[in-house]
Amino acid sequence: MWQVATVADVRRETATASTIVLEVPDWPGHLAGQHLDVRLTAPDGYRASRSYSIASAWSADTIELTVEKVPDGEVSPYLVDVLKAGDPLEIRGPVGGWFVWKPGQEGPVQLIGGGSGVVPLRSMLQAASGTSTPMRLLYSVRRPESVIYVHDLKELAASDDVDVHLVYTREAPAGEPRVGRIDAELLEQYVYKPTDGATTYVCGPTAFVEAVADLLVAAGHDPARIRTERFG
Amino acid sequence: MNHLDGNAAAGALSELFAVDLTAAIAQCNSCGQTNVFAESHVYVNAPGTVARCSGCDAVLLRVVSTPNDTYLDLRGLTYLRVPST
Repeated sequence: MWQVATVADVRRETATASTIVLEVPDWPGHLAGQHLDVRLTAPDGYRASRSYSIASAWSADTIELTVEKVPDGEVSPYLVDVLKAGDPLEIRGPVGGWFVWKPGQEGPVQLIGGGSGVVPLRSMLQAASGTSTPMRLLYSVRRPESVIYVHDLKELAASDDVDVHLVYTREAPAGEPRVGRIDAELLEQYVYKPTDGATTYVCGPTAFVEAVADLLVAAGHDPARIRTERFG
Repeated sequence: MNHLDGNAAAGALSELFAVDLTAAIAQCNSCGQTNVFAESHVYVNAPGTVARCSGCDAVLLRVVSTPNDTYLDLRGLTYLRVPST
């Protein structure tokens, strides 16, 4: 059922992505990796809805969505550029029960994100914070300015809880010699071994997800332990 | 347009079914492939939502909402196996 949330804050993450903090009355809670549908209605009654990954772990107070602006998109440019604190927003959710991490789930967790594919992975990182689940994040971005949650990730990388590794595909910061896509060698270096019993979550653009999933399977990872999510 | 995956249809389906269908196993009526519904290919840039088989691209399911009704076409599915909760 659709309900009306109130925007508590909008935070700019990059030139094209914003995090929207929502207050939702009677939120039932959600699992890390679940989605929220957002619906916009034009003055003439035309409606468009889109599904966005929830970016935060469940706390009683607010939920966060991070939205990347799609050129010529019907919904995302409004959410990223126009929406402001105090605005109402029609939402439905949480939905989706496949691309989720549940507390107590067995084994380590490998997260692999491309671009704004890091959004549901951030929810998993938050949900696992303070638990004994080992997590690794491999995050592929075009250039340093494209990194979403740059401060969170720096903090995580500095802690012992999570291994964070960034891959730059177009332009790397000073001191990082490698520029290029994720390949078999990189997976070998930064991803849990097939024998480690990890569940791997891959999220990003369709081509990215399919390339990474194929590389993982070719490297001997069990397809049943790889969960994927594509956003076009 | 590039496809999304079954999660993009989760909201529309949540209006119609009491259980989450994205984690259900779906069998394609066209090629017989069985897969988690979340792994199907979903297209949302249309008046409705269309889910296609990731193996043979046949239409599995369509959901179209009008101001008064919702149309649900499941003819592309042989079955849905829903995990017990």
